[in-house]
Amino acid sequence: MTVSVNIRKTLGALTIDAWFDSAGGVTALFGKSGAGKTSIVQMIAGLMTPDNGHISIDGAPVYDSATGLNVAPERRRVGYVFQDARLFPHMTVRRNLDYGARRNRDRSGTGNGNSRGPGFDDVVDVLAIAPLLDRQPHLLSGGEKQRVALGRALLSAPRLLLMDEPLAALDAERKWEVLPFIDRIQRDFGTPIIYVSHSIEEILQIADKMVLIAAGGVSAAGPVEEVLNRPDLLRAAGDGNAGSVIPVRITAIDADYGIATLSFAGGDFRIAAPGLETGENLRIRVRARDVSLATARPQHVSVLNVFEGTVAGISSAHGPQVDVSVDVGGTMIWSQITRKSLDDLSLQPGAKVFAMVKAVAIDRPAGSQ
Amino acid sequence: MFGLTPLEIEAVQLSLKVSLWAVTISLPFGVAVAWVLARCDFPGKSLFDALVHVPLVVPPVVIGYLLLVLLGRRGVLGAWLYESFGITVAFSWQGAAVAAAVMAFPLMVRAIRLSIEAIDQRLEQAARTLGAGPVDVFFSVTLPLTGSGIVVGAILAFARALGEFGATITFVSAIPGETTTLPVALYGLAQVPGQEGSALRLVILSIVIAFAAMFVSEVIARRVRQRISGP
Repeated sequence: MTVSVNIRKTLGALTIDAWFDSAGGVTALFGKSGAGKTSIVQMIAGLMTPDNGHISIDGAPVYDSATGLNVAPERRRVGYVFQDARLFPHMTVRRNLDYGARRNRDRSGTGNGNSRGPGFDDVVDVLAIAPLLDRQPHLLSGGEKQRVALGRALLSAPRLLLMDEPLAALDAERKWEVLPFIDRIQRDFGTPIIYVSHSIEEILQIADKMVLIAAGGVSAAGPVEEVLNRPDLLRAAGDGNAGSVIPVRITAIDADYGIATLSFAGGDFRIAAPGLETGENLRIRVRARDVSLATARPQHVSVLNVFEGTVAGISSAHGPQVDVSVDVGGTMIWSQITRKSLDDLSLQPGAKVFAMVKAVAIDRPAGSQ
Repeated sequence: MFGLTPLEIEAVQLSLKVSLWAVTISLPFGVAVAWVLARCDFPGKSLFDALVHVPLVVPPVVIGYLLLVLLGRRGVLGAWLYESFGITVAFSWQGAAVAAAVMAFPLMVRAIRLSIEAIDQRLEQAARTLGAGPVDVFFSVTLPLTGSGIVVGAILAFARALGEFGATITFVSAIPGETTTLPVALYGLAQVPGQEGSALRLVILSIVIAFAAMFVSEVIARRVRQRISGP
């Protein structure tokens, strides 16, 4: 299963020039609002026509300006989950779910559809929407609506699922109610997903690959850990919480102090975090602005996590802040410091520094909460 | 029946028959024209829009006369209809229905067009991504969501058809038992001295039917709306 996108489109002042591939799993499109993410997925779905380029799904082209091919949206077999659920208000939940499923069955009958999608009962079960089946959409909560919309898209047996900020309209609590379901869809049904978001938390939860979109273009693409360890790029794409993402394993729990030891290639983090268990694998995030640097080992400080490393790189300085990457036993930890501190400490690539980490965010794998 | 005279019963029955047929034959065209006006953009659209509204702005007698020129047995279309199919509509109750349909058409189109314009087109996009072609989307999403507008448009047109007089009397005249709808019958009575009592009865009858139609339309439209968005 592969998706290949290479499209150009001018929309007023914005010129979209996007090029990326997805080899299955969850690919996140990340960027500021107005960067062109929604337009890109609309073009993949066929709801908007590019000026030129090509799009293919599973090796089969659905749009190609060279040959004049432009497959209608209803024949692309691309599911779309919108930010607003867009349930049909004149149908019950059951009929909404059945809408795409029935049409896909019809097409299978004529030999156009090949793969059978997931079954009705399975989807209803996974999304926990059985109690809602006979209700009208206006009686559902935001989170329920979005789960039904997920199910409806999934039941049309799509070759690819597009999700355009499906959680953006939900409050934080509802978000965590829906997010695990998206993760389960991917694991249980194997449908590849392109997920548009401007939330790093969501992307960390579910995405395998990440494409950074800035001003209509692709500024970086690759595995989530790799892209998220480029704070300079992330900041350009609109993330103020940029930093390092580090895979860790919980190796010890100190019950007296309530401190867990999280080991990574370059050492151990010790953080106060209740509810963790030894042996768990986690991804943690260290924001660049939560890391300060010292040229000598700091004495008498309250910060538990101090790592010795060498300066690997310094981002070109515009404005008062710079990003410094510190190599700690092969793991990069980014630090955001002022340009004045950089000069005062006369930091150069290769210099020995101590990185003090003031806060650590834990991103647990979905489903383990 | 309710102490009505045979003449009154005949007028009521004829009026209802003519109006029902007028609405029935014009409804599919009304939906189609409303959809075109709401959704399509083409050169000459404002001219088309104006043309649809012509019966609302020109004197009904003019419409009746045009219908006669067009559909009379020697008319442009009428001659062809008569020679090919042996159909004549002039001076018959079918002609009255055609006149009423034409006169009521703009009202029907307006109501339906407004409700099509109120539909969230993003729902139609969602339907496309779920595998429904444009025609399928129209019948499964657009049309059901236009429901209340169609009901309102049909009832408005029905009420307008009940009251149609000018175009009717010009096109199909006042043939007793054939084209003497309520207003035509009332006009006839008003011409004869000493018939004020009978005329008043027809007046009251007309008002009662019009109110009943409005009441039914409100009830149906509310039901349709509730089904979609809740009370």
